[in-house]
Order: sequence, then structure tokens, then C-alpha cells
Amino acid sequence: MLRIKEYVKAESLAQAYELNQKRANRIIGGMLWMKMGTVNVHTAIDLSGLGLDGSEERKDEFVIGCMATLRQLETDERLAVLGSGILKESVKNIVGVQFRNLATVGGSLAGRFGFSDVLTAFLALDTEVELYKAGRIPLAKFAAEGAGSDILVRVFVKKDDRRCVYLSHRNTKTDFPVLTVALSSARSGIRVAAGARPQRAILVPADECLNKADAADIFEGRADKEALQAYAAQLAAKVPTGSNMRASAAYRSHLAEVLIRRGLTALNEQAAKERGKKDAD
Amino acid sequence: MQIRITLNGRKITEDVSPDLLLLDWVRAHGCYSVKRGCETSNCGLCTVFMEDKPVLSCSVLAVRADGKRIETLEGLRKEAEEFGAFIAGQGAEQCGFCNPGMIMNAIALFRENPEPSEEEIKEYLAGNLCRCSGYEGQLRGIQAFLAYKKGGGIQ
Repeated sequence: MLRIKEYVKAESLAQAYELNQKRANRIIGGMLWMKMGTVNVHTAIDLSGLGLDGSEERKDEFVIGCMATLRQLETDERLAVLGSGILKESVKNIVGVQFRNLATVGGSLAGRFGFSDVLTAFLALDTEVELYKAGRIPLAKFAAEGAGSDILVRVFVKKDDRRCVYLSHRNTKTDFPVLTVALSSARSGIRVAAGARPQRAILVPADECLNKADAADIFEGRADKEALQAYAAQLAAKVPTGSNMRASAAYRSHLAEVLIRRGLTALNEQAAKERGKKDAD
Repeated sequence: MQIRITLNGRKITEDVSPDLLLLDWVRAHGCYSVKRGCETSNCGLCTVFMEDKPVLSCSVLAVRADGKRIETLEGLRKEAEEFGAFIAGQGAEQCGFCNPGMIMNAIALFRENPEPSEEEIKEYLAGNLCRCSGYEGQLRGIQAFLAYKKGGGIQ
């Protein structure tokens, strides 16, 4: 049960930061996960009065406030240009609309949850997070280190030419995922993120598996089936997995290979289709 | 803490404890359609509208609803009855415990997307669990209601 002694709707980030220096105080995002445990909070810090619940499109990036909801990632049509609409795809299996109207982007990332679809998807994009004190840092670094007593204020996603695919495996619909995979293919290379391993999402060191030519093949839609299969096996071997009540490590490792293969295949097909269209024009 | 909430059109000002959940607050104000079904933010039975958006009232602090409009099934009687008749018409449910939450979220769906496809219906209502049925009756009821609406409300 969640017990809260005091509640403060922060009037400034400075005030929220100061309150957040006490261990007994907690920032509440959507509060959905926090409520699941037995938690005694002295002061609940609410950031919802700070205008951080929207997103803004700039010339070369999107800025998403920490209090924007997961539902906004789905319904904000501007965000669909990012990685073939990966953000919408990644959240649609999370419980239900009512849940996603509450769960926040900031809470999902700051929690660095093992099961996070959101963290996995953002890792496949060129994402940075802004911490109140530490400033902008790459999401992968944040995922590894966390915010400590700092505050995740905004999320920045670069607009670029990457295509993305998001895949997850769930034992039943709307449940936590057994494994999540997000892949991106850009001129600069392939990027693969895997989460719910069951530990938190990581970026798979893809460069060691794929040489530049291979990545370019996929980006141009020219990779053949055997090559995709071989890459998938190499990449999956670099995804550390573990066991929990949902699945064993061996099953997850098998899934990793299957999902990565499907993902690479989809990226390759998408590129081939676009190339076909261009040639026809 | 003092809060002001407009519950089904009625302004209420009250002192509440910071960890009081909106679910318990609306029930304390007579809205018994709002149910606690799972305690894990999963079942959708406690669905209410906060500023017109469907949310899980079991996961919202009452203090966070301060200054906002909250609607429950009690406040949407006409809309709910009209649609509910189609669910009943299919004999879709057995115990009916999940019905108010499902009707709330279905109304949210119809307002957002008046002509949803079957896939869109399933996706929107995925967070509303029913343990008696296999959801088929509800789906038929929803489709019958949509056809009735499309035909200008004539059965």
C-alpha cells in the first residue's frame, strides 16, 4: 500500500529538486508502479503544475515533457515521423487506454524498469534526456546510471532518416512483456535495443556484429535471408537473459533471436519496398 | 489538504488525506458504479473520466484531481443506458461486475472514434477485463450499437 504524509504540487523545478534530496520524499509520475509496492512516502512531489505535459517539434528534434502521458505518444500525430511510428507501436500493448492516460513518459524512463517497453523503444531512437542539474545526457547512459536525486525533466529525440521496428512477446495480451526488442536502421548503421530480459533494456553492441556494408545492405533493402538470419543469431548472442516467473533464460534467448530476425527482416523489406516505389517513379 | 472537484457536475470542496485515492473518494460520494476489481491498475473496473479522459481512479490521488472535472457512470446515465441495452441485448455478461467500467471506456471510445473498426474496438477496450465471458458478446453488442447509431438511432 502507498502511504503519503504530505503532497506538494511543485511550483518550480528548483523547489522539486530541493524536496527530492530527502530520501523519504518521492516524485510521483503516473504513480502506477509506485502504488504497487508497500511504500511510505513522506512528501509526494507532483510535477504536473510545471507545464511539462506537452511535446514540441523543433527543426531537428522533438522535445517531450516528462509529464506527457504514454497515450500522448500514441495520439500526437507529429511523433509518428519518428522511427516509422515506433513510439505508438511500443506503448499500445501496455495495459489499456485508461492506464496510458496516466502513465508518464518521464516516470517510465526514470523508473528504468526492467519490463519497460518505453525505454526499449526510445533506445532505438537518437534520444537524450535532460536532468535538472546534470543537463542533457544520452538515454543509454541514463538507463545505465539513473537519475539519483536529480529530476528527469524532458526527453529529446532527433529527427533523422532511421526506420524502426518494435516487437515484444507477451504471455497474454496487456501483460508485462517476456522480451522486448526495438531495432533501427539508418544510413549510420543498425541499432538494436533489448529489454525485459528480464533486466532493463540495453543497447546491443551491434557494430561488432555487423560490418558497415551489412548495415548498409539492410538500410537499402538488399540483404538476403541467410545474411539476416546470421546477423540475428550474432546479435541475439549478445543479449544477456535471465529467468523469472514469466520465462526462463533459455526461452528468452531463443525469443531474442526470433524477434531480432523478424525485426531485421521487416527493416529490410520496408527499405526494399521504398526503393521499389522510388524506382517505379 | 483541501480539494475542489466537480463530480458529475456538482462542485465539492473537501479536506482529504494526501494518499486518498480518487476511487475511494468518488465512492464516498455515492458513486458505487466505480469498482475496485484488481488493485493492480489492470482491470479497468474503476474507470472514470478526468477532464473527459478515461483514467483508472484506483491509481489517481484525489488531491491530483483538484480543480478538475470527474465523471462517473452515474453522471452519464442517458448515454450509458442507451448503449448498455445493447450489451444486455446480447446477454453478454454474467455477473455484471465489470460492466460499469467497460461502459465508461466504450463511451470514451465512441466519443474519440465514432466509427471504430473491430481491431480498434479490441485495442481500446483491452484494459477492461471480464472474467465471466470471452468478450464476444460485448463485441457483438458494441457492433450492434454502432450500426444502430449509424442508422440514425433507429432499431
